[in-house]
Amino acid sequence: MNETKLSAISFHDLTLGYDRHPAVHHISGEVLRGDLLALVGPNGAGKSTLLKGIVGQLKPLSGSLSLDGLKSSDIAYLPQQIEIDRSFPITVFDAVAMGLWHDIGAWHGLNHERSLAVEEALYTLGLQDLGDRGVGALSGGQFQRVLFARLLLQNAAIILLDEPFRAIDTKTVEDLLHLIRRWHAEGRTIIAALHDLDQVRAHFPKTLLLAREMIVWGPTKQVLTAKHLAEARQLTEAWDEQAQVCERGETTSERISA
Amino acid sequence: MIHALTDPFVHFAFMRRALVGCFALSLSAPPVGVFLVLRRLSLMGDAMSHAILPGVAIGFLVAGLSVLAMSLGGFVAGIAVVLLAGVVTRSTMLREDASLAAFYLISLALGVLIVSVKGSSIDLLHVLFGTVLALDDAALILIAAVATFTMLTLAIIYRPLVLECFDPNFLSSVSQLSTPTHFLFLVLVVLNLVGGFQALGTLMVVGIMLLPAITARFWAQDISNMIVVAVGAAFAASLIGLLVSYYANLPSGPAIILTAGAGYLASTLIGVQGGLLWQLMPRRHLEA
Repeated sequence: MNETKLSAISFHDLTLGYDRHPAVHHISGEVLRGDLLALVGPNGAGKSTLLKGIVGQLKPLSGSLSLDGLKSSDIAYLPQQIEIDRSFPITVFDAVAMGLWHDIGAWHGLNHERSLAVEEALYTLGLQDLGDRGVGALSGGQFQRVLFARLLLQNAAIILLDEPFRAIDTKTVEDLLHLIRRWHAEGRTIIAALHDLDQVRAHFPKTLLLAREMIVWGPTKQVLTAKHLAEARQLTEAWDEQAQVCERGETTSERISA
Repeated sequence: MIHALTDPFVHFAFMRRALVGCFALSLSAPPVGVFLVLRRLSLMGDAMSHAILPGVAIGFLVAGLSVLAMSLGGFVAGIAVVLLAGVVTRSTMLREDASLAAFYLISLALGVLIVSVKGSSIDLLHVLFGTVLALDDAALILIAAVATFTMLTLAIIYRPLVLECFDPNFLSSVSQLSTPTHFLFLVLVVLNLVGGFQALGTLMVVGIMLLPAITARFWAQDISNMIVVAVGAAFAASLIGLLVSYYANLPSGPAIILTAGAGYLASTLIGVQGGLLWQLMPRRHLEA
């Protein structure tokens, strides 16, 4: 049945990196529309880099990446939190309402209908009583809920999540996973960089195991095997100043067809 | 009592002009300052006030004490520094504060060089410390124009600017407005410094930009309220500062800035958002 599904994102021998050093090395493959895909791999494996490449924040060093029939505005991206200024004086309601950007842009106001949509998103994430609070007064879990509420409003076809459950309690993780399953059921394409393998096994049908190189990509059960994981762990976090120019043509990675 | 507050302005045209000029400046500079503070670029205002010096000096050398020439020169110098720093930041690994520091120092040294080779130190003092009690029509019109342009532009770029401060990654993921917004904002910084230098001097205009903005952080929890508080604080500092300088026979620029400074110090003590006195007062904690 997967054969009939359209592709959403395809990688063609894609290499991404910083200052000529590859962080994601020669990846090929397709993410299909409606996929719920986990990106798994050790720290430094290139998970965040791959996501940045998909949103277009990083240009490929070689190879290419294409959004098949989709625009970059169809992507909603939740980066690792670090770069958000949480001391900024903005209310929870306003922060969430920014998710309507594609609808309201820089100048349109929030009419009644849109305000209701924001309220509904707050309610879905259990934030209905915190709308008037400043974001600085929130706990880590509550703040992550705010970001998910904003994602919900973005109403995007492709949703990219970079370690969305870091330092979040189980109850919040459950609620957020529930929302992710809802998105999956709505036919959205979701890619999440994750560390918790049990979580991946329980909730993500497909997995891409990454260790700069692509180790395997396919159904989660066949990807997360002891052999593959050991292979991924052998990744040397190589930033070799004297690294030679890479001469490789075709990718040698293995792909399990679904 | 009320006469003591109004008499100086009723009787003396130069006091009225000073008040109008400072009020206009108070409408535009503090909101810009609020964004500078929130972007943790507080010290950039100071750097930029130095950066416009060579332009002002060249304007002065070419056309004497002409507001237009000096302002134009200052504006060009400020924009040049901002653009060069911006280009270096976005195309190398240097962070914005580092590249700005580099260019403003070059610019400042150039300015001091020009002034000392061609002018006298009295000219330099004039440029650095302003003459709020000698605002002519041209200066008032310039300040009013800058204030009008600033408020209109801020209204237009308000939403992307807030997002650029709060979550720049998100802004660049949903729109292309990030870079133009940033540069327009820097243009506003330069414009306000240039507009204010005639009244308060290049150094102290930074005070009217930043002190009310920093003060506002102690009173408001939301950025739009912060802007309102900052403008109010700047109005109060302008009025009180001018009166103090009139009755105590003190220079007016420093009097205004010191009044704003006093407002800031008082706010650190009694401000409702984390003022020190509130923290010291033993209050029982709440149920939830």
